[in-house]
This record gives sequence, structure tokens and C-alpha cells, in this order.
Amino acid sequence: MSDPTVASPFLGLSQTIRPLPHFSRAILRVGLKDVARASERLDLALPIAACTATGGSAMGALWLGPDEWLLIGEAGLGNGLDWMAGITEKLGDVVCSLVDVSHRQVALEISGERAEIVLAYGCALDLSITAFPVGMCTRTMYHKAEIVLWRKAPDRFHLEVWRSFARYVEALVRQAESEA
Amino acid sequence: MTSSFRTASGGRVDRDRPVNFTFDGKAYVGLHGDTLASALLANGVHLVGRSFKYHRPRGIVGSGADEPNALVGVRRDAARYTPNLLATQVELYDGLAAVSQNRYPSLEYDCMAVNDTLLGRFIPAGFYYKTFMWPKGAWDKLYEPRIRKAAGLGVAPTAPDPDVYTQRYAHADILVIGAGPAGIAAAQQAAASGARVILADDRPAMGGSLLAAADTTVDGEDARAWLRGSLAALAALSNVTMLPRTIAFGYYPHNWIGLAEKLTDHLPYPASGQPRERLWQVRARQVVIAAGSIERPLVFPDNDRPGIMLADAARTYLQEYGVMVGRKAVIVAAHDSAYRVAHELRAAGIEIAAIVDIRSPVPAAQSARDAGLRVLCDAKVEGTRGRLRVSAITITADGKRETLACDTVLMAGGFTPSVHLFSQSRGKLVWDEAIQAYLPGESGEAERSAGACRGRFALSEALADGAEAGRSAARDAGFSPMDLPIPSAQGARACGGGGHIGAVPTGADLSRAKAFVDWQNDVTARDIALAAREGFLSIEHVKRYTTTGMATDQGKLSNINALGIVSNVTGRSIPEIGLTTFRAPYTPVTFGTLAGKARGDLFDPMRVTAIHDWAAEHGAVFEDVGNWKRARYFPRHGEDMHAAVGRECLQVRNQVGIFDASTLGKIEVVGPDAAEFMNRFYVNAWLKLGVGRCRYGVLLREDGFVLDDGVVGRLAPDRFHVTTTTGGAARVLAMMEDYLQTEWSDLKVWLTSTTEQWSVIAVQGPKARAVLAPLVTGIDLSAEAFPHMSIADAQICGVPMRLMRVSFTGELGFEVNVPSGHGRMVWEAIWECGRSNGMLAYGTETMHVLRAEKGFIIIGQETDGTVTPDDAGLGWAIGKAKPDFVGKRSLARPAMIAPDRKQLVGLLTHDAATVLEEGAQITDPLDPRAAIGHVTSAYHSVALGRSIALALVRGGRARMGHTLHVPMPDGAITAEVVQPVFLDPEGARIHV
Repeated sequence: MSDPTVASPFLGLSQTIRPLPHFSRAILRVGLKDVARASERLDLALPIAACTATGGSAMGALWLGPDEWLLIGEAGLGNGLDWMAGITEKLGDVVCSLVDVSHRQVALEISGERAEIVLAYGCALDLSITAFPVGMCTRTMYHKAEIVLWRKAPDRFHLEVWRSFARYVEALVRQAESEA
Repeated sequence: MTSSFRTASGGRVDRDRPVNFTFDGKAYVGLHGDTLASALLANGVHLVGRSFKYHRPRGIVGSGADEPNALVGVRRDAARYTPNLLATQVELYDGLAAVSQNRYPSLEYDCMAVNDTLLGRFIPAGFYYKTFMWPKGAWDKLYEPRIRKAAGLGVAPTAPDPDVYTQRYAHADILVIGAGPAGIAAAQQAAASGARVILADDRPAMGGSLLAAADTTVDGEDARAWLRGSLAALAALSNVTMLPRTIAFGYYPHNWIGLAEKLTDHLPYPASGQPRERLWQVRARQVVIAAGSIERPLVFPDNDRPGIMLADAARTYLQEYGVMVGRKAVIVAAHDSAYRVAHELRAAGIEIAAIVDIRSPVPAAQSARDAGLRVLCDAKVEGTRGRLRVSAITITADGKRETLACDTVLMAGGFTPSVHLFSQSRGKLVWDEAIQAYLPGESGEAERSAGACRGRFALSEALADGAEAGRSAARDAGFSPMDLPIPSAQGARACGGGGHIGAVPTGADLSRAKAFVDWQNDVTARDIALAAREGFLSIEHVKRYTTTGMATDQGKLSNINALGIVSNVTGRSIPEIGLTTFRAPYTPVTFGTLAGKARGDLFDPMRVTAIHDWAAEHGAVFEDVGNWKRARYFPRHGEDMHAAVGRECLQVRNQVGIFDASTLGKIEVVGPDAAEFMNRFYVNAWLKLGVGRCRYGVLLREDGFVLDDGVVGRLAPDRFHVTTTTGGAARVLAMMEDYLQTEWSDLKVWLTSTTEQWSVIAVQGPKARAVLAPLVTGIDLSAEAFPHMSIADAQICGVPMRLMRVSFTGELGFEVNVPSGHGRMVWEAIWECGRSNGMLAYGTETMHVLRAEKGFIIIGQETDGTVTPDDAGLGWAIGKAKPDFVGKRSLARPAMIAPDRKQLVGLLTHDAATVLEEGAQITDPLDPRAAIGHVTSAYHSVALGRSIALALVRGGRARMGHTLHVPMPDGAITAEVVQPVFLDPEGARIHV
């Protein structure tokens, strides 16, 4: 369930495009030699291979850089403070940076057999299943906006975009849907 | 009604589907599948335009993208008028309305034709350069506008383009450009390997020369049937994307190809909202260019009359469209293909008056004679006759001058491989002496050419070459090619060999005659010879001097003949002369296609805050700050900006105001070395900043000039909340990350952008505390517990809050940071609570006035990349005891500490009502020769009841009390230099 008090900038729902509910999110930055310890503490294997994501049932971790992960929690965990506090406690004395970005970005789901084409309208990457398999994630551009793209199933993508760019991206994916 | 020049059968037009269209208002009937050119020719219309410079009557020359003359405008409505389309590429649809161009009042009687008959000999090459040089200044005002009016090709539409254009990125293992025999053979082989293949062709029907192949078989099957089967088989494969009507217009680095696909121009009634064109940006592992070849025209006197066209184009019109280009043709031959054309045209009922071969007898000539055709060899071409249509050609053969009556003259000059895309890909061209053509040499990309575009003209050669290219492309893309058999072709008549470059032998005086080389730019053999004689040796110079090859067709027909003429005049070989550079686009591409979605509101991302909609609902006027929309002011009852800002300022000073500061950049700096990092990065001292305290930070570039500023709060020993300017956020984060990764990799500290995590609601004014106090929990807002420049985490309206006590107004102020998903909810709660305290919402313009009254600078307004902290009056911020910080060393340079640097001061005009102009120059009345500074900010201050200004003035701090001048068009404005803080210099209003 989404948190009813968290406003969404998105306008609506269509066949291919679905605004996702609010998630708790954090950016975890930790040096390479401490990754194993952090993984152990979090009980979640932080992916080391570039552009890959691990999706546990409670939390997903997306590799964004050699020392940067986007953690995405379960939907609808209120203001996320407890969630943040929980992770902070687990990490304990691991030298790292954990910053709450739950509200920094919002998410859309692009799904269905036309998902790839809708994304190819504004994303220059090769999104075929061989080049961009399930579980792959990357920071990239959709037209002129930065997004994070995560393939969760062959025909289902999770798209994260900073809140102020949300309407720009939504307007373009909807045009893509109507023209693709 | 069938038109009189249509054959009884044949071609790929649909004879059961007549299509009505108009040309210059006159109604005609064509067939479904026609181009505008083929439909006009079927109606006996050759005259379609007037030439660019001489306004000579011109007819259709070619049948494809190489057409130089048949430029037409097609009108759907006022906004949908497309000029300069090639009639050879415009697909006919019911109701098509096309018009000719560059004629007045009509195609048949054009006033400007005086350029041709009377003035022509006075318009030599370089005429404009030679003639319009004097008097100085006349070019802009007199000559250029008139020349442009006289010479313009086509008229731009008057209304904004209402069509939508779409776009797609695509990735292919193998992109095949051109679906002629070589391209199809390549695609078959590539597809069989399992690779992802895109096959693109500019024409509506794929097949290239196969579409016109008569009496030819491929693999024992009629060539056109083989083509249909092959295309159907390719289309059925899931790994093949077929793109007809799609031109590959540009070859960009790393096998990035631009394709423009036409979607609706051929439809009579496109569905509303249906995109007109699609831009494909294809990244291909391997590219096969199978672009074919372009037939060369022949350069002889008066070779431009309507009815004079390319020989193979005439064959194409016959075989593809069932159109006879005339009743009686003379074929001027320099290539064996002329004989194939002659046989096929005669078989269709066109009388061949003669084949005039400029070469010595070739075997094909004898077999033509055996078949009863008249062939003249070793011929010279002396000229042609006919005003709006050719009526005769005069030749000399066997020492005998003869005038042959005809209505059509066909030119078979040989074929030029289309190396445009290859050349764009930075491939090296190599002159092939045997076939007298530039061919693709060493490739600059993962690319190979195949078929006629690399000189494999014969059908069987092109098929084999294409198949091999498809296989090697598959191999190089990492696939294993299948052993697909190579298609073999057999034809009644081969394409043959031969060809000619330069002017055709003639007895006429080419320094007087008009023997055209470039039809579209009206360049003649005489012009090019003149340029060569005047000393233009490089073909690049000849091109620019004569403008040959500089029209929209980029010299597709003319370049090689121009080279031949220069070679002949200068006695140098063609490879010595070189070749001009081929540039994208191969054919013109609409701006709409290139712009795609980047139009109107989607031109650039329009970033909006969580409070944006509230501001819009409350009548805010917005301004652009970077990509952000920010509320500038909130006018009431038709107020102008001046009135609204005055009211807002007064209310903040007297009561309280609310302001959306969410766009401020925010960076969370975290790690055990966070304070050390801040200490090295900003000019200020950070190590001793207490937790819960804020400090105003100043950031320099390495050259010592102010780059950015903002308040920084310490949340924990290892955690800082850094704010930046709205426009500087990304720049500062990138610079921080750069330093961390390259200079200070020893520091354990990390950066995270939190700009959009927080909505920032500034509450400013004497009643700010009273407004917020009832809403917050977990914090004591009193001056003692939470003094100016404090930061703390607490709650507001039940959600987390990061509260900063800061002021950019000079009043008691708080900045409420809340998670942006709660931004509007909290804003509205504060708004409700504030209304009983006289609160209003204010915008950036009011914010600017309030801070200027306090002398607070704005980065980019008081600074311009040449201002040091001391110049801006911020010397106090520098941590003097620090060993180093970014820019420190530069600040010690002599020029940076010179006493006459421009320094920030205040200016008070002697007339209190006069508001200075921002950017205005400032002079010293005692020495007014040079400006000594400029006005950086100027406003009317309601609080002070007068105008105020900030300025950067040379040695300004030593000029306190001096009168300076601000020269304006109506005379100098006098102003006194004062301290740059106009209101409450002690800060009593902040510390309450």
C-alpha cells in the first residue's frame, strides 16, 4: 500500500505505464574493502558487478557506481525514518555514508510487450533482453532527464527519476506509448 | 482517363486506382504507385521549374534522390507547405497539390529569364564577389536582399509546423543501407546468421535497380518475382527490421547512423496526431553500405532543356511506372547502358531517332545496328533547340553535321558510385583508373560497401558482392554465417561499361555556350574553366568560387564532371585535383525530424517543485532559473510587478512571508573526513563548527574567483548539510566529486545529492516564529535555544523536518526542510497558520530586493567569474589560518590583491526615484575616459522609500562619499558611493 500522505507528481495510469507507490530509498556509499562487511550486516549481497541489482524480498540494491548503491525498500513504509534507522543500526561501525533519498525520486513501471519500444524512444541504450537482461540496472538518460532503469522481468522495467523531472519524463513516455 | 504517355501494361503502378492531383493548379490524373514525376511525365509534362540563376525552363532529369531540377512545393494547408521537395520522391496521393518554384508570373513566362537571354554573359563565375564589393555597406542593405529575392528557391511555410515527429533509438548487429540487389543479398546472408538486421531504403518500394529489371532472371526466376519473394522472406524473419521510405542521411562516429523515415507524406488523409516522420538513431555493430550509383549526365551546349534527361531514368520510368518519357528520343551515349535503354524503349514503342555515341565503335553498337537501330560513333554534340521542350539536337559524326528532330534527349554518361555515406564515415576514397571513379578504400568504421557503390555495377556482380558483404559483416559482428547460396543473375542485356567525365566533345565554343555541369546552381562548363584559368587549382576553391555542387543536391550529378573539366583545363589528373568533402545530410532532412520531441514545453526539462502547483493556483508569475520554474511574484488584482514586489517586500519586513526555496542545491557530505573535506574545499574554517550550527560558505575556483556560495549546517561530527545556489548545484557536486576522486582520494567522505529530497519552505519576517511554533514538535524555537544560524532535525505536521534558522532577507527567518513528498502539505499547513499573522507568499523578485537591501550578493549577479572574495566584501569568510583551500594560492597573486580591483559598493542615485539599469557602466566624472565599473543590482526599495543599487567599482571602498556617473542615452545619472548594506547594518532584526 502506498503512503497516502506522500504526494505523487504523476498524472495517471495507462496500459504500459504505471506510477509506482512511494518507496523508502537510500544512497549507500562504501569503499570497496568494506563492501563485504556491509553486505553481511545488511544481510543483503551488495552487487559488485557493474550495472547489476539484487532484489531481496525486503530490499533491492542497485549498483550505481564502484562505491555507490541505491537501496530501495518495500513500498509504503511511511516516512522511512524507521527504515533508515534500522539500516543505520545494522551497518553499525562500517565506515560509509547512508543518506535518505526516499523523496528525492519517484518511480514508474513500464511493462508489457511494448515496454522496450517505449523506452527506446528516449533512451539510447540497447534494451534487448540479451544486452540488458533481467536484473540489470543503470543510470542513463531518457531524452534530457537522468533516470535509473532496472529490468525486473523480461517485459517489466522499473524507472526512477528525480521528482522535479517526473512530469517531463511522464509526458514523454506517454507520447511514446501513443506513437510506438 | 489514361494518360497518353502511359504504356498499355507493365510497371508496378496500380492501373485500377487512378489518383487525382494538381500541378500549378491544373488537374491531372496519375496512378497509385506513381511519383509526382512519373505522373507528370505520363501526362506529357516535362517542364517543372525555372533554374536558380538564369531562370531557364527546366524539366525532370532523373528518377530519384539525384534529381536537380524538379523541385516543387507541396501544400496541404497554410502550415503544411513543404518547399523544395523532389518530384521524383513525392509519392502521389489523391488530392496532392504541388506547385513549381522560382518563376514569376508563371512557369511558361518568367520575367527573370532576362538573366538568361540578355544578361547571362555578364554573370560569370564569381560574379557576386567581383561586382557587389562597392560601395562598402551596400551588400547588407541593397545587394543581398535583392539577390536573395531574385534567386530564392522555394518559400518557407508561414505558420508553425503542426505535425508531430517521433524518434527511436535502435541497435543492430548489422545495418544494411540500401535495398537494391547488393543490399538484399547482404541482408539475406546477415539475417541467416541470426544477427539482428535493419534494412533501410529511401524509396517506398525496396529493390533498387531490380524494380526496373526487364528480361532478367535471378536464380532462374524472373528478377522481379525473385525480388518479391526475397523481400517477403526477409520481412517474415523476427530478427530483421525492414524500413522503406527511410533515408540514411548521416554517418556519425562509432557506427552511429541517422535515418529519417517518412510515415505520412504519401497518405491523402494522415490520422490526426500520427507522426509525420521518425528519426532513427541506430548504433550498429557492422554496417553494409549498398547505396548504389548515380548516373552521370553529359555536359554539352544547352543540355538543360526540358526533355533532356538521364537515360537510365527514362528506362526506370518505363519499367517501374509504365511511362514513356517521349515519342522520339535521341540517346547520347558514353556508356554501353545507352544500348540497353534504346532496346527497351524501342520495344515499348518509343522511336529512337539515333544513338549518338561519343566513343569509337563498341561491340554493343554493332549489335544495336544489327537490330535496326541507327548508331553514330565518334560523335560531337553541338547543341540543342526548343524553348519549353527540346525539339532537336545538333551533332557532328563522320565529319557530317546533322540536326535530329526529337522530343527527348537521353544522356548515358556512365555511373558514379554513391560514396557519400562512406566518405562521411571518414573512409578514404581511392581513384580507380579502370572504371574512372572514386571508390571506397580503407574504411574508418566497422563498415563495408557492396555493389554499385563500390563499382560492382553488373547485377550478378552486385548480388555476389552483397552476399559476401553480408557474410563478412555477420562474421565481424560475432555471428557464424550460414552457407546460403549466392544468387546468380542472367539478363538479356548487360549494363556494360564505358563512361565519360567532363565536357563532351563539341565543335561549339564552350566559352560562349551554356553547357551545364550543375543544373541546380546553374553552373556551366565555361564557369568552371574560367575558375581554373583564374588560378583556382583546388577543387575545394573551384567549388566555392563557382558554387558548383553547393546546392541542396550537393553535386550528386555535377561533382565528377566538374573535376573532369578542371583536369582538362589544368592538365592535371583527377586524383591530383582531389575531391570535395561529402557532408551530412545526404538529402535534406526536415527540422521537425531533427527536433523530434524537443519542442514547446518539452524542449528542455521543465523542473518544478512540489509547491509549484500551489503557486500556479495562487496566480504566481514564473521565471526560468536554469531548468527550474520559480515563482517570481504573486500579483493581486491586476498589479504589475513593481506594485506586487513592493507590497510583498513591505509585508515581509512588517509581518511575515513564505517563500519556496526548494530549488536550492543540497548536498549531504558524510564520512569521518567530512570536516577535513569541507575545510579543503570551501574558503571557510569548518573544523570547529559545532554540531547544530550553520555557516555561510564561499567556494572558489582554482583561479581564486568566487564560484558558488550557500549556508552549510553541521548535523553530526561526520555529516554536513551543504546548500548551493539553484543554478550551481550540479556544478558544485561535480567539482567536489572530481576533487575527491583525483586529488584527495585519501579522504573517507562521500557525497549525495539531496536537492530533491527536501522541499524548502522559507518563513521570513518578524512573525516567523509565531507562525511556525504551533506546528513544530521536538524543538524549542526561542532565540536562546535556537539562535540565528542553527540547524536541527525535528518534526512538523507529523513529518520529519530539518529546520535551519537562516535569513536571506535580513529578518528573523527559518527554512523548513521537509521530505518533498510532504512539501505541499506542510506548505499549506504553514499557510493556514500564517494567514492569521498577515502572511503572504512572495517570489524570487521580492527575495532579490530584500537581500539587496541587506547587501547580500547573488552568485552570477554580483559575481561574474572575475570577483574574488575580497572584491565581493567576503574577505571575512576566509579561514586565515588554514594551510590550504581551493583557490588559496591564486588569491596571493599580485593582481588579486591590487588596491584598484573592482570592489562591491552601494550606489544611491541623487534622484531617489531613479532606478539604475543593471549592467550600466560607471564612470568617474573627474576622469570620464573609461568605465570604472558597472551596476550589478538595482531596485526600488519600498522599505527605504528610494532606489538602491549594488555595483562593482574600481577601488570602490576608497571612493565612499564620491559622486560617480552612470552614463545613459539621455545623459549621465549621478550617484553617491555608499556602503553596500542599506538596511539594519547591525543585524538587529535578525537576532530576535
